[in-house]
Amino acid sequence: MGVPAIEVEHLGKTYRLGEVNVEALRDVSLTVDRGEFIAIMGASGSGKSTLMNILGCLDKPSRGTYRLDGEDVGSLSRDALATIRRMKIGFVFQGFNLLSRMTALENVELPMIYGDTPSPVRRERAREALRAVGILDREHHLPSQMSGGQQQRVAIARAIVNAPSLLLADEPTGNLDTATSIDIMTIFQGLATDRGITMVLVTHETEIAQYSKRIVRFRDGRIVSDSPVAAS
Amino acid sequence: MNIYAASKVAYRSLRANKMRSILTMLGMIIGVAAVIAMVSIGAGANERISAQIASVGSNLILVIPGSTTSGGLRSGFGGVPTLTMADAKAIGKELAAVARATPSVRGSAPVVYGNQNWSTIIQGVTPEFFQIRDWALAGGRYFTGAEVEAAAKVAVLGQTVADNLFGEESPVGKIVRIKRVPFTVAGILEKKGQSPQGQDQDDIVIVPVTSAQRKILGSAHIGTVGGILAQAVDAASIGEAERQIVELLKQRHRIGPGQENDFSVRNLSEMLAVAEESTRIMSLLLGAIASVSLLVGGIGIMNIMLVSVTERTREIGIRMAVGARERDILLQFLIEALVLAVTGGAIGILAGVGGSKLISLFAGWSTLISSGAVFLAFGFSAAVGIFFGFYPARKASRLDPIEALRYE
Repeated sequence: MGVPAIEVEHLGKTYRLGEVNVEALRDVSLTVDRGEFIAIMGASGSGKSTLMNILGCLDKPSRGTYRLDGEDVGSLSRDALATIRRMKIGFVFQGFNLLSRMTALENVELPMIYGDTPSPVRRERAREALRAVGILDREHHLPSQMSGGQQQRVAIARAIVNAPSLLLADEPTGNLDTATSIDIMTIFQGLATDRGITMVLVTHETEIAQYSKRIVRFRDGRIVSDSPVAAS
Repeated sequence: MNIYAASKVAYRSLRANKMRSILTMLGMIIGVAAVIAMVSIGAGANERISAQIASVGSNLILVIPGSTTSGGLRSGFGGVPTLTMADAKAIGKELAAVARATPSVRGSAPVVYGNQNWSTIIQGVTPEFFQIRDWALAGGRYFTGAEVEAAAKVAVLGQTVADNLFGEESPVGKIVRIKRVPFTVAGILEKKGQSPQGQDQDDIVIVPVTSAQRKILGSAHIGTVGGILAQAVDAASIGEAERQIVELLKQRHRIGPGQENDFSVRNLSEMLAVAEESTRIMSLLLGAIASVSLLVGGIGIMNIMLVSVTERTREIGIRMAVGARERDILLQFLIEALVLAVTGGAIGILAGVGGSKLISLFAGWSTLISSGAVFLAFGFSAAVGIFFGFYPARKASRLDPIEALRYE
């Protein structure tokens, strides 16, 4: 099986809120294999967003280790983390987080701009990513000219354009209707099975979590259950 | 992110807020234009002073009767006639550091030609005067040493006098009456314009010193003169010439050590250097005041960049999430500030050059635009952009990506 995509051991995160220390994560250990599709569930404040931020290299753990593709990223500098985010991680957010003044194509090109990819290559790869999520016909549209589902597809294209090994989706269907949610989840499933991208999905909707292969539940900063999804 | 990509992003975001960008640039435009206009006015004034200094004559030393001791009574400063024709001759002939010298007497008298009459300054000198003052002829000739010896009734007119008495007519060879004494006009001097003190140097009639004393101005003590003009051999020996003149006159006037001199020596170039220095300070001051507006323009840029960073916190968060490093964000905002400053600076240069042209056209002040000042203003505006853009840009680059993404 080789090195797991994500290897988290005894992870802890403590925030200081004024005088009070808030334990957002307590001794979390989790291993996710390559190409695995897991869903993280839990009430708000259960620590799932904190875990996502750490997995996405946006935040550093207070305790414990986090190995991404076998590399310990807990001790890296801000710039090194930025490079890892660009090369290995794709983000999909609930609020899409597209840049409003840029067209769909330019939004997808964004991660490559920071890698100094030459312009023609950038354009070509951005088009490919848009085609993969079935939104190439909107490449010159601004986010404001697209529906929520279309915007989320553009966001997914942006997340996969650098061929990441890990895709993190934080409530990706939270702003979408049921039919569109199903479309989006189908895309995610395809990415995991066809491209072998490791998927970590945060959601509080059980139906959405069913699209994954494994559900990890959080409460008060701890994992309370970790079980495979029954094949339906 | 490379500079080109960063510039594109900067240009785009400035265009998205057109009005705001223009108003921010206006601060820089006004600042740079003010600096250019003020510096050009200062440089123009300086140049005019330099030209005036050149017009007075180079390496000029003035010897006047009377003492210059400070304190106590300076009785008869310049009034007691202690300098003589012989002193002037000795200064001109005997001193190594002095090229030539002329005695000088001055007074005012009416000059009449036909039914025209003009009251002007009569200056009596020897022919060396024209060399000392570096004063060329517009027509006719100078008077000669022989004419000085003979106290000939010949005169050389300044332009102003010639214009007022003769108008279009050619004065050379004509007879004018100075205090009712007929003088033949030998020549006309070229125009010199205003002196550094603001007097019209061309409002003058030059006659042989002997003729002036005997026929026009009279003299209380025979053989004494109002002053002596001397010229040092070169600029470097002005000090030495002054020293030699003092020594010679002390000896000639039998002034012992510790005794007060009955004459004083002045260096005109020095006096004029003071005038030059004061205009220089003046133009520096103008430039400094104008620089304040450039500073204000810079603060305007900083202000708007800070607003922009706050407004675009979420954008910064997104960029960071997809892999922008600190320096990418820094570069983006720095270039945005730089574009604002440099575009404003370029427009400001055009406005400043145009403005100073208008000033010289309508106010009649001479202005001088040096390419150095233009480059300096442009460089300065770029520096202002970087300096005032750095803090906001750094603030942007240091944002926590999680906080930034959460920002509404």
